[in-house]
Amino acid sequence: MSRVVRLSESTVIDAPIEAIWPLIRDFNSHATWHPAIAASRIEAGEAGDIVGAVRVFQLGDGSRLREQLIALSDRERQLTYCLLEAPLPLMDYVATMRLRPVTEGGRTFLTWESRFRPPEDQAERLSRLVRDDIYRAGFRALQARFGQAGMGAGPPALAIVPAATPMASTFVPHAEAPAEGGPRSTPGNSPAHWTVLRGGADYVGTAPQDEFVGMGRPVPSAPRSTERFASSGAIEARAIVVPRYGGAEVMEARVVSVPPPGPGEVRIRHTAIGVNFIDIYCRTGFFRLLTPPDVPGMEAAGIVTDAGEGVAHLRPGDRVVYACEPVGAYAEARTMAATLVMPLPDDIDDETAAAIFLKGVSAEFLLHRVHRVEAGETLLIHAAAGGIGMLLCEWASALGCRVIGTVSSEAKAAHAARAGCAEVIVHAREDFVAAVARLTGGRGVDVVYDGVGAETFAGSLKALAERGHLVSFGQASGPVGSSDIGALAAKSATISRPNFGHYTADPVLLRGMAERLFEALRRGVIRPTIDARLPLAEAAEAHRRLESRANIGAIVLIP
Amino acid sequence: MAKVFVSAVVDAPAAEVWTLIRDFNGLPGWLPAATESRIEQNARPDQIGCVRNFSLRDGGRIRERLLGLSDFDFSMTYEILESPMGVEDYVATLRLFPVTDGDRSYVEWTAEFGCPPAREAELVNLIGRNVFLGGLRALQTRFTRR
Repeated sequence: MSRVVRLSESTVIDAPIEAIWPLIRDFNSHATWHPAIAASRIEAGEAGDIVGAVRVFQLGDGSRLREQLIALSDRERQLTYCLLEAPLPLMDYVATMRLRPVTEGGRTFLTWESRFRPPEDQAERLSRLVRDDIYRAGFRALQARFGQAGMGAGPPALAIVPAATPMASTFVPHAEAPAEGGPRSTPGNSPAHWTVLRGGADYVGTAPQDEFVGMGRPVPSAPRSTERFASSGAIEARAIVVPRYGGAEVMEARVVSVPPPGPGEVRIRHTAIGVNFIDIYCRTGFFRLLTPPDVPGMEAAGIVTDAGEGVAHLRPGDRVVYACEPVGAYAEARTMAATLVMPLPDDIDDETAAAIFLKGVSAEFLLHRVHRVEAGETLLIHAAAGGIGMLLCEWASALGCRVIGTVSSEAKAAHAARAGCAEVIVHAREDFVAAVARLTGGRGVDVVYDGVGAETFAGSLKALAERGHLVSFGQASGPVGSSDIGALAAKSATISRPNFGHYTADPVLLRGMAERLFEALRRGVIRPTIDARLPLAEAAEAHRRLESRANIGAIVLIP
Repeated sequence: MAKVFVSAVVDAPAAEVWTLIRDFNGLPGWLPAATESRIEQNARPDQIGCVRNFSLRDGGRIRERLLGLSDFDFSMTYEILESPMGVEDYVATLRLFPVTDGDRSYVEWTAEFGCPPAREAELVNLIGRNVFLGGLRALQTRFTRR
């Protein structure tokens, strides 16, 4: 019988326990804060606070684990879980996380303890792995998330440091948005060679890596490209391929074959490619929207090179933009159904279009179709400094709404204020339900836009005015679970749960939404910021940046 | 029951802080509110059931009985037998936890007691702020590194 190993690690986080516990108590939240976790969901779609719930999750290397919540206490602020399935022999692994308030300084003392029974010869390696890569890495991530610059020695701070609660919202087409987060991968390593993806590997690519990597922003419609894309047969294009589910490092640069368009299809040469969180879920296999080996990406701008039979709204030479299934945008060129590919007006540049189309169309239907906001209405917008949150704030304030935004930190509060929030609530400083009551004289808000999900859903309902409308459009912090419809009668509330696909699948409707979005861009109502333009070959780096939440604005890939 | 909960991080290893505070007769050595102290009937200060009898800076006297002491958990639990505060069934626990990250300590001092509702806020403030918080801050100052 092997001996039992016990681990006990503890740290202090610079944020009040009220800010941290809502995150930790959600058994599905680890993908949003722990760097080792690429994606996670609770089996059977249950909530993350049901004792007995099983979370199934992936690490950055693609390995899969299952853990069960066996105890949870809001009184002790403690949760205990055990490992059901893992690729490592962590036998009988049971772990407990517990938070205790540090009243002197408004901080939180966090302990993470476990016991397990590893094989004797692996005890040391496994103990170190769990201690360093799970516990200590988790501590560092929480400290970074809750705005702690350094750690370790030094007298305890007496000031209450603002802390984060929910993360930026994700809006995911056609699928339930799970918690955000992602693996931490080794930096650097751009792809070094090209191979061909064409059934079998019958061809080794000739495109030299340095040409591609060093290309930076390409000259639009370079003669070479025209020549290549004018072909009536299949052409070759450089693309990023996910050969198997996994971390950012699995993505490979390959040369793929792009067939001529069939009936109803267009072939597009991309000029700018949008990078979205859903691409990461595709890469990890969390969403089965991509079956390896395949090219990820669902948003891009470009030029139509060929149009298939029956395509009436597009011709070769047209500038276009799209945000839809199927995947395949991380490529120099692709062939796809023309239905949801929209013409791009001359005065909207490719990069802006690629950076904003998915989020912008979402904001359009959230503000004009799911709820038709009117001047004078008061809105509460969660994650107001997030990608879609900022768009909603800018657009709604321009429409004459009073916008109250919630953010996780002081730093983000400034972004939200710039985006047009009349008032910004910092989660760590104030409970948002109480803040809304204070800001509205107890009346509540007309509409809540909630892409955060589990952490905010109940509070969002409380923050509504009578006959208010809760638009729950995402669940970045975990699923919202089930609710009692009868309780809505307390204020005649309405809840909407829109799905991107249902609002954007009709090309006529989509055209109207795109036009309104372009008009908003022209008038400067929304002002998307592009944080980074990376060569297509650096897609892995783009994913790492998105996963690390280092960016505020969008990232676009330039083929 | 009124409750008091005060905690702080002290910049020294738990074992080092524990050496100072485990002495049930050692309050005047670190707690600003306490002056002299003795253990009644010549008992040892780590004998469970012993009674400490100490003076407060404002002149009052308190008698407290040691209910539990754990060198394993770094914790101490005691009750008040007599005090000028007018509390009933007062039980307090002082406990230390190691903070492995930075080799520091987390100190938690809690109490529960009964009292007339009208006096609760005043007593919670007196015990929590003047006594417990004063003690934890004194520990922080004493163990400041660098």
